[in-house]
Amino acid sequence: MQQIVKVKNKKGVRVIPGFGLSMGVTVTMLSVFVLIPLASIFISAGQLSFREFMAVVVSKQVLSGYRVSLSCAFLAALVNVIFGLILAWVLVRYDFPGRRVMDGLIELPFALPTAVAGIALTYLYSDKGWIGSLFAKAGIKIAYTRIGITIAMIFVGIPFVVRAVQPVLEKLDIQYEEAAMMLGAGKVRIFFKVILPELFPALLAGFGLAFARGIGEYGSVVFIAGNIPYKTQIAPLLIMIKLEQYNYADATAIALVLLLLSFLLMLIINSVQLYMQKFSKG
Amino acid sequence: METYEKGMEKLAMSEKIRTYQQDIVGDGIESIQKVKEPHGDNSGRAVKYALIAVSVLFLFVMLVLPLIVVIVNALRDGWAVYIRSVRDEYTVKAFWLTVLATVAAATVNTFFGIFAAYLISKFYFRGRQLLVTLIDIPFSISPVIAGLIFILTFGNVGWMGDFLKAHGIKIVFAVPGVILATIFVTFPFVFRELLPVMSAQGKDEEEAAGLMGARGFTIFRRITLPHIKWALLYGVILCTARAMGEFGAVSVISGHLRGKTNTLPLHVEILYNEFNTTAAFAVSSILVILAVLILIARNIVEWKQKK
Repeated sequence: MQQIVKVKNKKGVRVIPGFGLSMGVTVTMLSVFVLIPLASIFISAGQLSFREFMAVVVSKQVLSGYRVSLSCAFLAALVNVIFGLILAWVLVRYDFPGRRVMDGLIELPFALPTAVAGIALTYLYSDKGWIGSLFAKAGIKIAYTRIGITIAMIFVGIPFVVRAVQPVLEKLDIQYEEAAMMLGAGKVRIFFKVILPELFPALLAGFGLAFARGIGEYGSVVFIAGNIPYKTQIAPLLIMIKLEQYNYADATAIALVLLLLSFLLMLIINSVQLYMQKFSKG
Repeated sequence: METYEKGMEKLAMSEKIRTYQQDIVGDGIESIQKVKEPHGDNSGRAVKYALIAVSVLFLFVMLVLPLIVVIVNALRDGWAVYIRSVRDEYTVKAFWLTVLATVAAATVNTFFGIFAAYLISKFYFRGRQLLVTLIDIPFSISPVIAGLIFILTFGNVGWMGDFLKAHGIKIVFAVPGVILATIFVTFPFVFRELLPVMSAQGKDEEEAAGLMGARGFTIFRRITLPHIKWALLYGVILCTARAMGEFGAVSVISGHLRGKTNTLPLHVEILYNEFNTTAAFAVSSILVILAVLILIARNIVEWKQKK
């Protein structure tokens, strides 16, 4: 009895030891490896005047960089939502030989180094490549255009959507579909009225993650992009170019906007997930 | 990648659901439909095979074909050229730097991940949610920016630059920078895999042990660790995969010094830009083999975890 009284403090019972130690280790390491370095970008940005900052950010080259990154990443995330949904559906609902191998393959873009993916995709989709040559006959260029950038972003983004949808689909109770079917709904109607609304938050979260990854992606995109000024230069590449010119101020300004964009996106994803939790509970 | 909720649900439900589905979905819906419309069965079959075909085609074109491209191109000038490219002095040096950075990142992040997940899952305190959000930051940051922040901290222009210069410490354009950048981009991986498992386990057992007088490390070793060992391994594997292949962040901070700060992915880029395509694909093939091994390990661990 005495011992229990001893460990009791104002906030309640904290019987498990190690709070102070784990708090110390966590906060210290987080600060050293993430927060302090991250603060540097705000310190550096603080040294720029607002006019300097704006001059960099709204320059024609930088604006086109943001436009290319955002539009291609958006399109890639949309494509990933469609194929991610199909893949998750097939993996959860159907049983067929090779299903496990297919399931294991989904994470490949995660395990394959982006630079390797980059040169492989570039080779594949260039005018002389296996796929690129087919499209070249039809007069469509893929590598070194925005189509190529989008394809690379589809590659890196696909696991995010599949892995977001899969658990929700697994959890989905089949009885609602059965009920709908008994009430006379067709398959298409069941899909759009019963299944899709349940999956929507997960799809949105997957979309957000794939979108965010696409915006920031560098390694797999930079080879296939061809980096033609005003056409296929992505925003992270512009940071790279400024750094190579030792123009740290400009690099910081471009990075800051990109950083705020991804924070905004993360905020939206988190809100969606919070909404999901409330939705599923209430 | 998996969020807290999803991981937890996946763990608990997947096994149950699968057997449930085989029982109910397989026969249930189709038998209901058979009663309703005797000829409706074919459309369901057709949709099934069409969707499987679309999935297989998509995965083949998007994921498998790039792997084949790498292997075919690596070997196109013959075995001798391949071996020479792989055993090239700079390739070997890049390989060992990649190993060093990966091991360092995996070690640091495992250490951090265990403490952080223990803290978040076993204790309640103000700012818990904020802490999780802060730990997740590296996930949402472009790798190029991850490299940039270390230059802005430790480089000549950085606020610690003068101090480091005075003491003769070199971080940017040197090996420590490569390691720091690798740690940064993989920072949340182990934590993210541990958290759902640790939260699902709850804290009753630890509390019981604590009340019975067990010390902190004993509790962790005897109670917490056995519960999380597969998740821990899983996190370390993911962390290794990402650390090994990191390109953007390392590319910014390494300065591309051949034989000094070049990792394998950077070496691939240099060879490719020198139009030495065969060598670039040969070096890539090392990374492809490692990636496939990691995927296989990942699936084995996931399978064990479910059991």
